[in-house]
Amino acid sequence: MNLIFSLIVLAILILIPLMGVGVLGLNSLFAIFIPYLAFAIFFFGLIYRIIGWARSPQPYKITTTCGQQKSLSWIKHSRLESPASSWEVYLRMFFEVFLFRSLFRNLRADFDGKRLIYGSAKWLWLGAILFHLSFLVIMIRHLRFFVNDIPSIVQKISAVDSFFQLGLPPIYITNLLILAGLGFLLLRRLVDAKVNYLSYASDYFPLLLIISIALTGILMRLYVKPDLYAIKQLTYGLATFNPALPKGNLSMLFYIHLFLVSSLAAYFPFSKLVHMVGVFFSPTRNMPNDNRMSRHINPWEYPVKYVTYAEWQEKFRDVMEEAGIPIDEEWANVAQK
Amino acid sequence: MSKLPKPDELLQGLDLHRTPEKHWMDIKPDFSPGKYCYAVDPQVMIDLGRPNLGKWQPTDEKWPLPEDWKERLLKAIRDRMERFRSFKLFMDICVRCGACADKCHFFLGTGDPKNMPVLRAELIRSVIKGEFSFFGRLFGRVAGARPLTEEVLKEWYMYFYQCTECRRCSVFCPYGIDTAEVTIIMRDILHELGIALDWAMKPLRNSHFIGNHLGLQPHTIKENIEFLMSDIAEITGLNIEVPINKKGAEVLFVTPSADFFADPGIYTFMGYVLLFHHIGLDYTISTYASEGGNFGFFNAIEFSKKLHSKIYEEAKRLKVKWIIGGECGHQWRFWHQYHGTMFGPFDYLEVPKSPITGTVFEHAKYHKAVHICEFTADLIAHNKLKLDPSRNDHIVVTFHDSCNTSRGMGIFEEPRFILRNVCNNFVEMPENTIREKTFCCGSGSGLNTDEYMEIRMRGGFPRANAVEYVHKNYGVNTLVAICAIDRATLTALMKYWVPDVVVAGVHELVGNALIMEGEKERTTDLRYRPLKGMEEEV
Repeated sequence: MNLIFSLIVLAILILIPLMGVGVLGLNSLFAIFIPYLAFAIFFFGLIYRIIGWARSPQPYKITTTCGQQKSLSWIKHSRLESPASSWEVYLRMFFEVFLFRSLFRNLRADFDGKRLIYGSAKWLWLGAILFHLSFLVIMIRHLRFFVNDIPSIVQKISAVDSFFQLGLPPIYITNLLILAGLGFLLLRRLVDAKVNYLSYASDYFPLLLIISIALTGILMRLYVKPDLYAIKQLTYGLATFNPALPKGNLSMLFYIHLFLVSSLAAYFPFSKLVHMVGVFFSPTRNMPNDNRMSRHINPWEYPVKYVTYAEWQEKFRDVMEEAGIPIDEEWANVAQK
Repeated sequence: MSKLPKPDELLQGLDLHRTPEKHWMDIKPDFSPGKYCYAVDPQVMIDLGRPNLGKWQPTDEKWPLPEDWKERLLKAIRDRMERFRSFKLFMDICVRCGACADKCHFFLGTGDPKNMPVLRAELIRSVIKGEFSFFGRLFGRVAGARPLTEEVLKEWYMYFYQCTECRRCSVFCPYGIDTAEVTIIMRDILHELGIALDWAMKPLRNSHFIGNHLGLQPHTIKENIEFLMSDIAEITGLNIEVPINKKGAEVLFVTPSADFFADPGIYTFMGYVLLFHHIGLDYTISTYASEGGNFGFFNAIEFSKKLHSKIYEEAKRLKVKWIIGGECGHQWRFWHQYHGTMFGPFDYLEVPKSPITGTVFEHAKYHKAVHICEFTADLIAHNKLKLDPSRNDHIVVTFHDSCNTSRGMGIFEEPRFILRNVCNNFVEMPENTIREKTFCCGSGSGLNTDEYMEIRMRGGFPRANAVEYVHKNYGVNTLVAICAIDRATLTALMKYWVPDVVVAGVHELVGNALIMEGEKERTTDLRYRPLKGMEEEV
């Protein structure tokens, strides 16, 4: 049901440029206006979300400590799992954000007769890292469409990525890996009973959308072979805020690819995909475990009324005297500050 | 109360890989006996000046909610999103990858999908989408959105009180989403309507008005301590006095009140006292600040602050230099992660320095409170304790990392170091069930009530199962924990799942092993069980 809903939405998204460009001939709408609009939504949407999170303070320092705290000098503390300084927090965040360290811990619980056992379960980590890192490399590769002097690092990454020289033009390894990763993540949602049970349409849809983007991209590279010169004219124009519809044929597939990318960009800030930015704000990961070393201030902390010693002593004066527990006359009238 | 099924029947038919036919939004919470906690007695809420719903139980078909309950809840949710970045963010960034699904002890013991941390959070996330988001309202269920209804409220009562705030899920979440934080905030929100547990609120009231959860009045604390000291006298031949409310002592010692009163916490308390006597520490306990734990933390955040304000007023009144905290789990999560913000700065105290070893506890230089295990580990490392670990040879020990001290503090090595020095038979449980991956006792965060026994035994099953493994393979008969709630709840859990295992505190074993000056030859441990080789003597 959720999957079907997502497929329908995806089909509509593919139909829109087919109709818009193919039938109505609204080429500049789809090549220029919609991408700009989508990226404006992406950009300002993300800023809106970031400001939203930043406006709420983090009242308490609630680091999740996954390793030994820094305490006695002769006990080795875990720099990554229980960071005590900013530097260690950066390190922890680096491992979280780029290598998905927490996901790497994943276990699978099962019954072995009456015994609960926990096996290593790194497939989710592998699928996720294949997808995310490939996506990153592919985005970097795409830079060549947006600048004139292609930075050497981009060229090098592209060269490494096509290292195996399979076919002509050479197949990028990341193109295969991203499909493998995405395919695994999708399959997992369909096959794993628990994950299937908790999946919404909004979980299938981004996967299907990104798979479609990858497929249209790969098809263009391997089979359709659109006019790259025309594409670069367009994308470079977009990037330099000097947009113009190129003369050459951009091809229908390119319009679909571009429209899907635009959809993804516009959808991004208002969906679960914001985890990309949100992860940096996660208080259980981005705060040091130094609570007893330094002060953390909560801007809305307010004084509360409690039962003071004076009130308490008055209540128990008799029994205390009887039991020989000292009465503090000096403090008997000290009120709460 | 319902009849609890036998251990080999309890988990029959449990399948972790089968899910219900119905959508989770269509499944109503099951308020059958043994599976829910009783609602709070209205008098408790009246005494504390909190809203209440009168006399009611969650089993009531129609809850006696005020007319504007929905507006009030939605307002409270908005308010928490503005005040807690954690809450706001955790509502936004979950991708439902399911890595947390089988990490929750309640899921592993019940198979109930709403005990998967991701779905527990969805219980509120779905309402935020359904009530506050345009697209949520537009797409409804396919986007995981739904409106707030009375049924949803019942579900919240069931599942935010079927989470022990253990944070195991937060270790595995790629974004560090912490269900404990969500649960804490949701309970805080429910509290605004007067919805709370009787079992969790009565200790809070006691602690507020009397000074500790058990409601021990000052003279009772003194009597109990004297009673324990007479046991020590009988076992060791030493007459020891515990300083009570002593002005000008160097250290204020605060421990959970269960240690004064309840078996097996009392043995741990005897251990503390023997240790302090052994090294001649100038300390005092307080009958006013007589509770290290904090049930406010399980109910409403404001109350957690009220309860522990006492500790710092007492520290000022008694003019102590620094504070040692006893063995308690949530106490230490709360002390370590909240005290500094709520009660600081502590410039009337001094940076803790061990008077015996001279060690300056740099890691506590701001908060000025030291965990008893940090203090003792430092003593042992400096060879300041005379220990005879063979006095614990009659037991085989394993160590249960308490959730709060593990994932909300990171104290793993100190208690282990102590254990290796005070006993000869120490075995670890399987690696995926200890340290940061430790399993909850199943009854933490104020759920340790008798009427909840079935869920408690289910939730505690993963922990018990790991204990059973070392019990069968290595003969472990003693489960050691640095948590007062553990000492009570694991005892019940062991009785049910692994009946031959008893529960103890680290300092109980320290107390056994300490060679005290002037003591007589010991024939029993602090529980009057014969020491190894002394069976004839006793």
